[in-house]
Amino acid sequence: MSIPADLKYTDTHEWVRIEKDGSLTIGITHHAQDLLGDLVYVENPKLGRTVRKGEECGVVESVKAASDIYAPVSGEVVGVNEALDEAPQQINESAYQAWMFRLKPSQPGEIEALLDAAAYQKLVEAEAH
Amino acid sequence: MLKHTPLIEVHRALNAKLVDFGGWEMPLHYGSQIDEHHQVRRDAGMFDVSHMLVIDVEGESARAYLRTLLANDVDRLQAPGRALYSCMLREDGGVIDDLIVYRCAGQSYRLVVNAGTADKDLQWMQAQRDQMASPPRIIPRHDLAMIAVQGPQARQKFWLASPALRAASEPLGVFHAVAAADAFVARTGYTGEDGFEVMLPAALARPMWQALRDAGVAPAGLGARDTLRLEAGMNLYGQDMDESVTPLEAGLAWTVDLGAGRDFIGRAALESRAPVRRLCGLLLLERGVLRAHQRVHTSHGPGEITSGSFSPTLSRSIALARVPSAVTVGDDVAVDVRDRQLRARVVKYPFVRNGRALVEVAPD
Repeated sequence: MSIPADLKYTDTHEWVRIEKDGSLTIGITHHAQDLLGDLVYVENPKLGRTVRKGEECGVVESVKAASDIYAPVSGEVVGVNEALDEAPQQINESAYQAWMFRLKPSQPGEIEALLDAAAYQKLVEAEAH
Repeated sequence: MLKHTPLIEVHRALNAKLVDFGGWEMPLHYGSQIDEHHQVRRDAGMFDVSHMLVIDVEGESARAYLRTLLANDVDRLQAPGRALYSCMLREDGGVIDDLIVYRCAGQSYRLVVNAGTADKDLQWMQAQRDQMASPPRIIPRHDLAMIAVQGPQARQKFWLASPALRAASEPLGVFHAVAAADAFVARTGYTGEDGFEVMLPAALARPMWQALRDAGVAPAGLGARDTLRLEAGMNLYGQDMDESVTPLEAGLAWTVDLGAGRDFIGRAALESRAPVRRLCGLLLLERGVLRAHQRVHTSHGPGEITSGSFSPTLSRSIALARVPSAVTVGDDVAVDVRDRQLRARVVKYPFVRNGRALVEVAPD
């Protein structure tokens, strides 16, 4: 599975898409879902919540394990994908379509620090060894 | 250095996700653990369980030896070909391991023990044997592989794959076994479904696996094995019980034979005090997933989840938990899940048997 070049990434395996209006759409990477296995439960942050970069703001759970989701940047939660409540397996089926939540960043400078696809690819390869 | 079963190359060729399980590199799943789970409940799946150790106990004193060694009584095995589930206990009643013992022809018995405890079990068994005047032979069968074929269609598909073993294995009742040709076929398992566990020489494992695949049996990994056994309410050693727990505290009183005149190891300890904890089933009433070691709050005091997961059959989270003995079926409890408390109900287990849900799950 190739890593989409048009997205940004975190070292905790979230992907980030920068929308035209400046908001960010966030999900977990294909690599992350592959490590977790079949997902059975997704807990998203509440709409309107303010988060700081690196803060725990959600959980994805597979049959095997639970994994925290971290805010890639600071901001306000302006959207959550409620479809995942009933169908968390959408993340397994297509990790880069099954988004989790949207943020309106409060510190746009933090976006610069996110990884590009090449850097994330390196991180995944390093973890494999 | 991880140990490997004779089927490791087969798992690799199937792109299995391999994990360290008790020192063995074993398949967790071959793509989707949940699909594999449903395959076993609805049709037939197979597991490589060659990491478990077969131990043969032979000789005139084998029966007397096992009657002392095991908490269940091998004299319940009234004829060769019968199987019995038992714990092996320390003097203080703690569980060293749980196992299945088969009575074989003549004066022989066959034990199947857990992989992670196999070395410890053998040491314990040898130490107990060495105290006997005429000890039995204890023979670890590292030369054998084992494949579990499980599911409502498992037996039919096994006979398709291995027609030569049909005549011998078709008459087998549940918890019965037969030695036929090179194989030992037992109608036992760890999934709550019908099926066979087949022990055979390592060299025959790959052809058997391939024949089963050709007969339409899907490979299933240890992930599905764990959710299947949890739904079936079967204990996992190291999780639901260990040396700090007695069988009476682990829902296994039915496997302890306290009949008169048999002094097995651990008996005195079990009889010296009534257990204050018991194992119970939990059904989560909210969204989320119960996990081992989460704290349980009951009206009779605290408890702890020993095994928890998502039940693919019930589409809910279920768990086994050790709680104060006074807790009863129907009680509502709270479970600490990260920073929240979730509501769960104490239910009878098994949760699922032979493809059928045995607990009622309210719709969302």
